[in-house]
Amino acid sequence: MPHASIMRQITDFANRADPYPVYEELRGTPVLHEEEGGPYIISSYYDIKALLHDPRISSDATNLAAAGDDELAQSEETGGLPPSFLRLDPPEHDRLRRIANSAFGPPHRPRRIESMRGDMREIVNGLIDGFGDAREIDLVDQFAYPFPVTVICRLLGVPREDEPRFRAWVDPLVASLDPDTRQGADAEFQKEAQEARMQLGMYLAGLVEKRTKEPRDDLLSDLVNSRGPDGSMTMMEVLSTSVLLLIAGHETTVNLITNGMLTLLRHPDILRRLGEDPGLSVNIVEELLRYEPPVQLVPQRTCIADIEVRGVTIPKGSRIWLVLAAGNRDPERFKDPQRFDPDRGDIQHLGFGSGIHSCFGAPLARLETQIALSELARRLRDPRLVEDPPPYRPNAVLRGPRHLNIAFEGLV
Amino acid sequence: MRLVVDLNKCQGYAQCAFLAPDVFAMHGEESLIYNPRADEEQRERLARAVAACPVQAITADGLDGAADPADGAADGASREASDGR
Amino acid sequence: MAADYLEWLRREGRIVIVGASLAGLRAAETLRAEGFAGELTLIGDEPYEPYDRPPLSKSVLLGMASPHHTELPHRWEIDAKWRLGVAASGLDLTAKRVRLADGDEVEYDRLLIATGVRARPWPKEDEARLDGVCLLRTREDAADLYRRLKAGPRRVFVIGAGFAGSEVASACREMGIPVTVAERAGAPLVGALGGVVGAVAADLATENGVDLRTHVTVTSLEGDPVGRVRAVHLSDESVVEADVVVVSLGSLRNTDWLAGSGLGAGPRGIACDAGCRAFDFRGIVTDDVFVAGDVARSPHALFGYQFLSLEHWGNAVAQAETAAHNMICHGADRRPHLWMPAFWSSMFGVNIKSVGVPPMGEQLMITQGSLAERRFVGVYGYQGRIVAAVTFDNTRWLEFYQRQIEQGAPFPVEHPTVDRRPEGRQPVPADFPDPSLPTHGPMVTLSGYSPAEQQLVFHPARH
Repeated sequence: MPHASIMRQITDFANRADPYPVYEELRGTPVLHEEEGGPYIISSYYDIKALLHDPRISSDATNLAAAGDDELAQSEETGGLPPSFLRLDPPEHDRLRRIANSAFGPPHRPRRIESMRGDMREIVNGLIDGFGDAREIDLVDQFAYPFPVTVICRLLGVPREDEPRFRAWVDPLVASLDPDTRQGADAEFQKEAQEARMQLGMYLAGLVEKRTKEPRDDLLSDLVNSRGPDGSMTMMEVLSTSVLLLIAGHETTVNLITNGMLTLLRHPDILRRLGEDPGLSVNIVEELLRYEPPVQLVPQRTCIADIEVRGVTIPKGSRIWLVLAAGNRDPERFKDPQRFDPDRGDIQHLGFGSGIHSCFGAPLARLETQIALSELARRLRDPRLVEDPPPYRPNAVLRGPRHLNIAFEGLV
Repeated sequence: MRLVVDLNKCQGYAQCAFLAPDVFAMHGEESLIYNPRADEEQRERLARAVAACPVQAITADGLDGAADPADGAADGASREASDGR
Repeated sequence: MAADYLEWLRREGRIVIVGASLAGLRAAETLRAEGFAGELTLIGDEPYEPYDRPPLSKSVLLGMASPHHTELPHRWEIDAKWRLGVAASGLDLTAKRVRLADGDEVEYDRLLIATGVRARPWPKEDEARLDGVCLLRTREDAADLYRRLKAGPRRVFVIGAGFAGSEVASACREMGIPVTVAERAGAPLVGALGGVVGAVAADLATENGVDLRTHVTVTSLEGDPVGRVRAVHLSDESVVEADVVVVSLGSLRNTDWLAGSGLGAGPRGIACDAGCRAFDFRGIVTDDVFVAGDVARSPHALFGYQFLSLEHWGNAVAQAETAAHNMICHGADRRPHLWMPAFWSSMFGVNIKSVGVPPMGEQLMITQGSLAERRFVGVYGYQGRIVAAVTFDNTRWLEFYQRQIEQGAPFPVEHPTVDRRPEGRQPVPADFPDPSLPTHGPMVTLSGYSPAEQQLVFHPARH
């Protein structure tokens, strides 16, 4: 049975650096169900898009638990906090997301993200300046990782002097979310992560209290003081939303930036053009979200009714994997899909998902990555990959390099 | 620059309103209003909005491969009362 | 020979498009994009380049856009001869000539009619002429209305609670202007969405401070001695003082100019086949006259081949593209116009969208969300099938229901859906008014097979 193990191949670490041949094979059976009780795996662009808008599909964690969990579905667990809107259905999802949005974007705060442009450029250039006289760096540890945390700090309203403390708690917390790290970790590591989570919670709670009394122009102040038609968030909900923004907006952006630089280093002509024209970053980032999406698949959905997809009936109660990264390279939708081409007129992607759960932080991630890539392209002189492929993180869902060593001839 | 949004396609993802808040605005949680005539200084922001639209609903002059508006289309030769036929 | 003719037509033929608005422009672009190299003429009664109308009652009244600058971007260089500011006044099918109001004539080899609709005026002409009595269809209408609203009227009176009327009322409230809306039916939007959904729109209006009067008609408009509108008299004998009156009674199809031409054109539009070819009055299809947009009436296979007139933005675009394509290609390559009806509106900050043909529905099920929260998906059923859906602030689910309609999915909706409430377990009557009674500006006109509209009356034109 040639395809009996495709599901295993997706999770197999050996395929992490290049999962696309597996996805191509996967698309040969657009609705793949390999084992009793296992997930139905959907890989074509149009089917994925349809199911992301299908009200017979639930994101509710309790439905998923009933359907039988799997290793991938657990990977976004936030530990200790009530489920975020990521894992809820309407109406609870809609209510929480609306309140969160009222502090984040239009119609209430249309300029909050756009106004961070200058700050972001400053943070990026600070990090690049920090490379100093080095001629080789690890982009992940020295750039792609610290950048989004700093941005989130500014967005939430964590005072700058607290940023180092804050990051000391966030780092082990984020590290502990990686299922493989978690599995292999010793008791000491677990204890440390637990301690960090508690400290972070206490710190945020203290900050929330301050912002309740003395609101400032930051997201936390707006979250605690939201008094819209949906009411206000409880302290727990504010904390859970802040941590969601921290976590969900974090690993994904790290991977988008790192995958982006990796892809550009493999396409030096485009990297050179970007260095000359930062405007090109707009299409580059959209094409990256198609070509190397940071979230490869959505593993935590359940059918609450029998659903027919391409003649296959998926029975009620089944788990579904939507393989976004496979849909993004579906020749039924895209011309020449295996080619990275920011000049293609028709860029569309499932990189941020679609439907009601489409990525909340998309505008932030987009802006961060546009600035990060265009500044790197402009300032690194003659950059090249030290190792290709680079070493990857174990995670099959949030896929990206663990390190990306880049050699260069100095800074501009 | 002229632009038009196909509001049948629009699903209120609001990416355009994040990226070009002087051209696009959300009215309520889901409905989009916009200025069909954006200032030239908005060109860069408008281009970002066009590229980011998840449903490819925005058409703008001179962006996304659209042709420039026909010059002198408003032929001033024959102007009459515009009501009724 | 047909092939030769088509080759010739594509190379050096003359195509005339009457109607220089959305449908006319998109048709012209499609003709050029598909290789038409001959002479292209666009005739429009308004002295402006094609402009977009939906913003006029939304962005413009909300102060986000100028009424004078909603011109449509061009998707393709169309290299056309523009005859703007002059209406077409007649058509000679035999001589293949369009007569213009200025006496000129334009010859064609193939003709596309996309003359659209105009606002239905207040029927009493002397009252309609009072200063402060407004329509909202053209950019000049919008400029005039916006100016009057900015001047801070004491009260605005809107006649007719269809989409346009409700959007005007919404804009007034946003500007803090007192507004009264009169509607013949029991609620706003009843003609388009039925009484159940209409009741939600009524609550929405009332809660936003609209003085909504239902089951009433306006009997007369009263002017002051200098000819300004002063008050509105209603059928319940009440009188409302207002200094701006917006007449929002739907639209009239611009077919008057075709009287006597021999085309199957009348008050309900111009009948055409699914390939956009116009019928003549004998019901025989023409081969060189095509129709697109609001003025067309064409059979739709998904809805029992009923002739649908769709005053929908998306229909104008899709039908123009199909018509243009069919005008310059061989029979076998022609496409049917099978666009899924869809429209949007927004009022009081709520986004309303629909697919399918709601007025065809006998029953309604709220499959997601709740009417009381004004966030829901409503599904319309007819003879065991889903024929339409409407969403209030729930647009991201709509494409699912569109596919359900396309597949002829069963109604009632038995399968579970996320956010199904107790109110959504059983279908209820959709509560549309009797189609034989006039309503204010329905968005969709069904005719032909509907039991209440079995007669098709033809008034032969006098030559």
